[in-house]
Amino acid sequence: MRAIRRQRLAVVLFVVAGATVTLTFALLALRENVNLFYEPAKVVNGEAPLGVAIRAGGMVVDGSVVHDDTGLGVTFSLTDHRGNDFDVRFVGVLPGLFREGQGILVAGELDEQRVFQANEVLAKHDENYVPPELHGIAEGGADIDAQAS
Amino acid sequence: MGWIKDTFHKAGSPRWFFAGSRPWMVGLYVVGGLLILAGSTWGLGFVPPERYQGDSFRILFIHAPAAHLAEAIYVAVAIAGLVFLVWRMKMANLLIVAAAPVGLVVTVLALATGIIWGIPTWGKGWVWDARTVSTLLLAFLFFGLIALRQAVPRPERAARAVALLAVVGVINIPVIKYSVEWFTTLHQPPSIEIGKKPAIAAVFLWPLALNVLGYYCFVAGVVIAALRARIVERDAGTEWVREWMTPS
Repeated sequence: MRAIRRQRLAVVLFVVAGATVTLTFALLALRENVNLFYEPAKVVNGEAPLGVAIRAGGMVVDGSVVHDDTGLGVTFSLTDHRGNDFDVRFVGVLPGLFREGQGILVAGELDEQRVFQANEVLAKHDENYVPPELHGIAEGGADIDAQAS
Repeated sequence: MGWIKDTFHKAGSPRWFFAGSRPWMVGLYVVGGLLILAGSTWGLGFVPPERYQGDSFRILFIHAPAAHLAEAIYVAVAIAGLVFLVWRMKMANLLIVAAAPVGLVVTVLALATGIIWGIPTWGKGWVWDARTVSTLLLAFLFFGLIALRQAVPRPERAARAVALLAVVGVINIPVIKYSVEWFTTLHQPPSIEIGKKPAIAAVFLWPLALNVLGYYCFVAGVVIAALRARIVERDAGTEWVREWMTPS
């Protein structure tokens, strides 16, 4: 490689390295802001602020979904399956994917009782894609491939 | 090793590329088109619906290949940028110019199908999470490459500026890829990873694989076609273009 080309290569790599370092520091500094939602542990341990518009996410606890007798009101709990649970109150139409065990994202605010008053409920689909006939045996997710073939 | 250097020098000649690329373009169009036709028919019409999402998951067969390909096109553009900056190879510049609009279209396709899928699945078409924002940035980068070239009046300066943007922008690619792991996002983590069992059932995997392969081939054909157009545009007025345009 001729000297001029080696020099150009060095300059380009230097610029890319500089930009990478800058971006890395920016993303590390902004980490909490880039995160879309608070995980259940952060809601439970008090990292998530009260009375401020935030998002939180977790899995719907089995058997926790209670619909009001009248109206669209619903109460349920979200968990990280590591012992951190919090309650959510929502009045409105739930997304089609909403069910027990489903990953769910809620937007709203935590009230004084640390109940999440949601004004929006979104479903977070996971990475598993499974046809209906495998439903049940495929809960593990990772070994569905072997089951299907 | 001599043949590598030889090919590299030949590939640097727009005229040589133009002369030999037509069969490749046609072949990639045909193979890619057939693969996409087979994969899409299979995926959209014949595989069973997904257990929770029902039929709306079928957009996966368009969304995932498009999103994957958009990143691949950018990586190719960035490599071309590096080659141009270091070796001043004219073809590398032409490749960026030819591939950027294609990359923009593919990225917009990935974003649009994601929004269409998000409405029934998430309950919302667009959410500002790390994955969606970094992919939107990818679309702006492709657009930036097109706009920057047209904003700089002197061609050789424009070529250098575009190449530098292409190279620096490549740091967005790992951000897109790992956004779902580094940050909490609404977008799901990848279903297929190297060294891991796919989290996607085999019945869905086959049509998806056909479509990914088909998209690669077809878009490669489109890029070659665009590259050929750029070569003729650049060499317009030269002897060999005039010869090629005169019907014999």
